[in-house]
Amino acid sequence: MSAVTSSAPKPLLSPAVMATLKVLGVFGAIALAIVLLDLPDLLVQTLWEGLVAGVLYALIALGFVLIFKASGVFNFAQGIMVVFSALTLVGSYEIMTQRMGLPPGTVVAILAVIVAVATMFVLAWLVERIVLRPLVNQNDIIMLMATVGLTYFLIGFGEYVFGGNPKVMITSQLGLPVGSTQFNILGGRVNIQHLDVAAAVIASVMIAGLAFFFQYTRIGRALRAVADSHKAALSVGISLNQIWVIVWFTAGVVALVTGIMWGARSDVSFALEIIALKALSVLILGGFTSVPGAIVGGLIIGIGEKMGEGYWGPLFGGGIETWLAYVIALGFLLFRPQGLFGEKIIERI
Amino acid sequence: MFYRETGQFKTNYADDMAIFPIRQDRIGIAIIIAIALILPFMVSDFVLKTILLPFLALSVAVIGLNILTGYTGLISLGSAGFMGVGAYACYKLTTLFPEVNIIIWIFASGFFAAAVGVFFGLPSLRIKGLYLAVATLAAQFFLQWAFVRIPWLFNYNPSGAIEVPLRTLFGMPITGPTAELEVKYLICLGFVIGMTWLASNLVHGRIGRSWMAVRDMDIAAELMGIKLLNAKLMAFAVSSFFCGVSGALFVFLYLGGAEAGTEFAIRLSFLILFAVIIGGTGSMIGSFFGTAFIVALPTILKFGAPAIGIAITGATAEKIVLMIIGALTIYLLIVEPHGLARLWQIMKQKLRVWPFPY
Amino acid sequence: MLHVSPNAATTGIAKGEVLLSVENVSLRFGGVKAISDVSFDIRKGEVRAIIGPNGAGKTSMLNCINGFYFPQEGHITYKGVRRQKVRPHEAASSGIARTFQNVALFKGMTTLDNIMTGRTLKMHTGLFWQLLRHGPAMREEIEHRRKVEDIIDFLEIQAIRKIPVGKLPYGLQKRVELGRALAVNQTFGTTIALIEHDMGVVMDLSDRVVVLEYGRKIADGTPDVVKADQKVIDAYLGVAH
Repeated sequence: MSAVTSSAPKPLLSPAVMATLKVLGVFGAIALAIVLLDLPDLLVQTLWEGLVAGVLYALIALGFVLIFKASGVFNFAQGIMVVFSALTLVGSYEIMTQRMGLPPGTVVAILAVIVAVATMFVLAWLVERIVLRPLVNQNDIIMLMATVGLTYFLIGFGEYVFGGNPKVMITSQLGLPVGSTQFNILGGRVNIQHLDVAAAVIASVMIAGLAFFFQYTRIGRALRAVADSHKAALSVGISLNQIWVIVWFTAGVVALVTGIMWGARSDVSFALEIIALKALSVLILGGFTSVPGAIVGGLIIGIGEKMGEGYWGPLFGGGIETWLAYVIALGFLLFRPQGLFGEKIIERI
Repeated sequence: MFYRETGQFKTNYADDMAIFPIRQDRIGIAIIIAIALILPFMVSDFVLKTILLPFLALSVAVIGLNILTGYTGLISLGSAGFMGVGAYACYKLTTLFPEVNIIIWIFASGFFAAAVGVFFGLPSLRIKGLYLAVATLAAQFFLQWAFVRIPWLFNYNPSGAIEVPLRTLFGMPITGPTAELEVKYLICLGFVIGMTWLASNLVHGRIGRSWMAVRDMDIAAELMGIKLLNAKLMAFAVSSFFCGVSGALFVFLYLGGAEAGTEFAIRLSFLILFAVIIGGTGSMIGSFFGTAFIVALPTILKFGAPAIGIAITGATAEKIVLMIIGALTIYLLIVEPHGLARLWQIMKQKLRVWPFPY
Repeated sequence: MLHVSPNAATTGIAKGEVLLSVENVSLRFGGVKAISDVSFDIRKGEVRAIIGPNGAGKTSMLNCINGFYFPQEGHITYKGVRRQKVRPHEAASSGIARTFQNVALFKGMTTLDNIMTGRTLKMHTGLFWQLLRHGPAMREEIEHRRKVEDIIDFLEIQAIRKIPVGKLPYGLQKRVELGRALAVNQTFGTTIALIEHDMGVVMDLSDRVVVLEYGRKIADGTPDVVKADQKVIDAYLGVAH
């Protein structure tokens, strides 16, 4: 045989390392742009704002990943669930204090949280019963369209019950800190909202809690089993339907927490829909199935978007925040079609 | 009894391949077109303005998205953005070259939308399915931003809106505030008939088959020698072309002007997608059913419910419309994935054997 | 099944000469070796079988020939030309067609449309005429329809012409799939690479047999030679360790 067999060059670094390097590269590019522009005050402030926005995107993406892993459903409605749950919270608080004459304050606020959590449970249960169960094993595009339908329904239902006017989040009633502090770091001055610090802390605690829940509890193990293989999970006696309700409920609670944080930074209304959709770009970046991907992706999108708006926005006439997230995500996609942390899919035929 | 194909033998393949092979269907289509032609003179201006004109203009976009989603299996959430490209292209063209007839510009604006559509379809080279759906959101939001932030597009109008100028055909005003509704309707109708004809030609031929093959099983399609990227980009181009023409019709013949970027928002993209699902994916006639549903439902709720004594405000009606459309979409996906078009087929099948049950 | 090369006239390769050769091909998925260092050839006009127990790498081998997978090592030479990376549609246009282990039809399309899709490579009218569906587009459509109708007659599936194949029972679907593969080449008497579990079928049909096990070639030759090979017997019947 004269054929020369040359062994294929092995990649120097594993894909995960490469992905991390790419992320660092983007940060480096942003940092370079900042150094060249030399605006430290604005820089630090923008970085911080990007970080906080990133945490919120990451939380939406996290709720999404939970559902996608366990049920294979691309839940387009996750962003709307954030708004819907926040609206339920504020709306029920309003109803209790204004129509039922209960005294405004922390007690009623906690009651409202209970109502909102219960609502998310009912939603999860209904979605499992009405949408998931009949559509099981349909292709993913059908499932996506069904959740787009769900999105529309939730917008209509939410506005019908609680009215279409923007509402103010019951931040102080829930015991969340308000106000802000000035810091001097990195040679620049930054104005930090206490609420944002609380948001970052709560998000971290929640993510850690979820990780613990998944890793060490019986239900968590069942969830991971389902995520791995529906059939195998069924065969060892795990009830898919029950798992789906739990996962959608968990995603609903994540949505509620996100909604509170978000609502405290701006008003609660379905105008947030547009921002909620942006969390989808985080998913492109992080992959549909990766929790670390959701977190890292959220931070990249949040920081990248705020930096882009702050530094390059004026060049384009402003407002590029509405689409920059998607463009960042698409840029990444060209290099890694399966997302930062997604696994490469081998097609079998 | 009347709807029978018995005795209608085809003696050559051309007859068998006709889009309406059954004589009764051809007669039916002729009757529908005849009714459509006299309809504007029978109904009130209100019906013409709030139902018929938006129905005609939007149906072209729904056919466009159906080509992409129903026939090729690619989901797009950017249809409204592509409609906007058509509308703004038409506006720029007719203000730059007012001497060319507006009909030509409405058609030509489709090409601009097609070019933009192909550009945003390029990621389908690397990404598939759900990832692509999210990628089309990039198109939607970028285009919406461009309509607001690039003043050249609206000729530096301080209000940021475009106002449709007066344009004539054979000396008769067809666009602008002085044009008669009936005239606008007939122009729209002409476009709808022409575009529908082109679309059904396309889906019944080689290109349409390659789209459906990509939709049903892309790897097998590749084995048949279909180049996936070509087929997908072609679908994006044709689909966006239809959306573009629809957008031009929507602004020039229905709205008469467009607020800065608000007309072509994401909600309209959703609405077009729902029309495709409700009407029936992969069905031309379904596109019309779906459009009729989403256009007529709000009006019927808003004005019909009070007429029969149900007190309902306009704002409440809008919310109920959202709920109904959302719920119906889910319901149809579960019980009848082929939408209203499938019900139509069942009815025809029943008619074929009537008065016998089988 | 794999149908290779439409006819001798265009290939310039006489019957009995090597049409396709697989040289030292290895294929890995991550750390898993699906095929390691397999070589064999397929001659013009012969029926060549690739057999082996489950997971032996038969389908992976087919996918390499077909352009779905690119082997990390080794080459595939087709009609005397060493192939670089080949996409499936290029393989199709050079005359390699295949059916799948599972039915891979276009479920939402009618029988007629499915088989017509097999003619795609031979249809050339552009978008303009396709939009009008007149003139050259219609003539081309009718010309290929005629050929497809020959196949439909040959397979006796006239009655299901206009039924979406998703609604057909399995047997008919397999027949439509064969029709579609025939439509791609439209010649009978092609080279066929046969992939099977069923030993009986293979031994009766094929001229020469390759046996794979755990991604390696363990035997190659006429059915009689292969049947007598101790390694093949062990692979199929199991061996005490």
